[in-house]
Amino acid sequence: MSTPGKEPVAVIGIGQTKHVAARHDVSIAGLVREAAVRALADAGLTWADIDAVVIGKAPDFFEGVMMPELYLADALGAVGKPMLRVHTAGSVGGSTALVAANLIAARVHRTVLTLAFEKQSESNAMWGLSLPVPFQQPLLAGAGGFFAPHVRAYMRRTGAPDTVGSLVAYKDRRNALKNPYAHLHEHDITLEKVQASPMLWDPIRYSETCPSSDGACAMILTDRAGAARSPKPPAWVHGGAMRSEPTLFAGKDFVSPQAGKDCAADVYRQAGITDPRREIDAVEMYVPFSWYEPMWLENLGFADEGEGWKLTEAGVTELDGDLPVNPSGGVLSTNPIGASGMIRFAEAALQVRGQAGEHQVEGARRAMGHAYGGGAQFFAMWLVGAEEPAN
Amino acid sequence: MARARASREVAVVAFAQSDHLRRTDELSEVEMVMPVLHRVLAQTGLKAGEIGFTCSGSSDYLAGRAFSFTMTLDGVGAWPPISESHVEMDGAWALYEAWVKIQTGEADTALVYAYGKSSPGSVRDVLTRQLDPYYVAPLWPDSVALAALQAQALIDAGETDEEALAAIGARSRADATGNPHAQLSGAVPQGDYQVRPLRTGDCPPIGDGAAAVILAAGDTARALCARPAWITGIDHRIEAHSLGLRDLTDSPSTRLAAERAGVFDAPVDTAELHAPFSAQEVVLRKALGLGDAVRVNPSGGALAANPVMAAGLIRIGEAAARIHRGESDRAVAHATSGPCLQQNLVAVLEGERA
Repeated sequence: MSTPGKEPVAVIGIGQTKHVAARHDVSIAGLVREAAVRALADAGLTWADIDAVVIGKAPDFFEGVMMPELYLADALGAVGKPMLRVHTAGSVGGSTALVAANLIAARVHRTVLTLAFEKQSESNAMWGLSLPVPFQQPLLAGAGGFFAPHVRAYMRRTGAPDTVGSLVAYKDRRNALKNPYAHLHEHDITLEKVQASPMLWDPIRYSETCPSSDGACAMILTDRAGAARSPKPPAWVHGGAMRSEPTLFAGKDFVSPQAGKDCAADVYRQAGITDPRREIDAVEMYVPFSWYEPMWLENLGFADEGEGWKLTEAGVTELDGDLPVNPSGGVLSTNPIGASGMIRFAEAALQVRGQAGEHQVEGARRAMGHAYGGGAQFFAMWLVGAEEPAN
Repeated sequence: MARARASREVAVVAFAQSDHLRRTDELSEVEMVMPVLHRVLAQTGLKAGEIGFTCSGSSDYLAGRAFSFTMTLDGVGAWPPISESHVEMDGAWALYEAWVKIQTGEADTALVYAYGKSSPGSVRDVLTRQLDPYYVAPLWPDSVALAALQAQALIDAGETDEEALAAIGARSRADATGNPHAQLSGAVPQGDYQVRPLRTGDCPPIGDGAAAVILAAGDTARALCARPAWITGIDHRIEAHSLGLRDLTDSPSTRLAAERAGVFDAPVDTAELHAPFSAQEVVLRKALGLGDAVRVNPSGGALAANPVMAAGLIRIGEAAARIHRGESDRAVAHATSGPCLQQNLVAVLEGERA
């Protein structure tokens, strides 16, 4: 039997909830349904048009529901359909979208609903990540405690001035003011306020960290025929990849993990990108702590090693810069953990569909969505374009 | 209906599992998984770095900590970095994700593994956390009680009786004497009622275990295995969560998945069914249309060993191993998730005839 070429995959519907600290007005089922209904409306489709559902979220301990896809089958119209539940830590939102895209690329299904969520108000994320287990390294009082030493290592290695992190936070929080779905809308934000905020895990300040959000993000993915019927411009998937490496071992570079480099290289190869800095118009990057912007700029090949912070400092990553990073406000402004990766993927798609509203990057034709998780060991990325891929 | 069938030939070429034990206090999950991974790789001669895609299935709730699978990945030896994913489901669904990945043409081989340790906690209590968190889970109805509701519904409908259920338990454990990995085998007493009408012998043993499978496409599969177990169809379906919305004596999701996977196109000689409770075998036999000529659960099935999150993948592995050994030509493998068979996966495996 011959190997058929992959079916092109298009994003034709996107729906988000307004992300907030606590959605006391809806159940978990109500939250996910809100995003799914918006995505269906955006695609001009109904539940009957969906062949399969792929759902993702971060650990079940955050809501205290084991394998919630079972309980959510009804709310997501999945009864009688296939339903898959992906969990790859913080990268899960991205991985979930890629698993859904593969179902179409493999021609197993034609139209798939993919959704990721977190209702963090049901518990306390910091302590949900800090359950001690004998003989295993705990995550050291939440994610900030784990990542702060690696930020410090980046600063030492590159000689970056300690002002760069606050520039990222100031930018992302201002971008969030243009995004109606963003959690944090700090209308009185100033750079001085960011720099004066309390130090949490040195060198990470309070205003340089992500919030805890309730929220969900959904996308409708479809094949070429489905895209042709779409009422709004589709975003085409030009490349997508996942890479993983071990959590802890002597050779691991926590500042710029090899898995991240390899994942980006695979996506660029698929998309025919040879110079990401020039050929990509916008990046939605998983930046839960501000310093990860310059770190990932290098890891993803947008800057040479040691040079990422210079792009940030020069304003290249501003909304009106040469390479806008997180025009939506990013994870720093909105962090329903399990959904955060999918929001990155969805916001990249919004950009190339020209549907990003006030935070639209003028003329964006190719955009990247990026997610990572675990101890910076899991990576998921995709590159979407306004035009159908040539191959 | 042809869309659920493989457009690319993919086979199970190797299968390994741990011995399933009531407790493994001295082993971490990594230590439990690693020997199984080494054994399955050794069967093919492949190294971790030569595998095109890796996917695992497990549950944080069994491990008692968030992101438990991040540590287990260390057992794979993911260096240089690998293309890898994880489902918070039984490993049978990890196998499905891997099968899809191979269908895209992006990988020719896949390593799939799953594991679960039930011994650190009370799995009956843990599984109540799968239920609707607002209206049902606060009442803590446990997995045995829910299975008993299903069993009673079957008895009330005249589809089985306690004697027939006892015979299923006895047959499973007698068959398990030929399975060195089984937790319970031989003449196991039917025991007292756990929750009426289910007795101890109608319920699965609680235990720890792991399993792994290697998939390969086309000629790669032929090169790695003398008689590959070709996955000629695979599909899975979910039903409503609320027990009040379902007819517990039937499994329409199993039937639909079976249709899509091509089970009914030709007779099967073997069925490996993930039926943790004896009465569930009755439901699944009906949904899959299995006659008396079909060998059901020659491994002993989940009544002989039920490592949660691996038991479904083991059904696929056991069915495939039977094809590898020439004991089956066309087998159906089934995995389930959720209370009272809410979600079901069905795969058809075939060996090339001599």
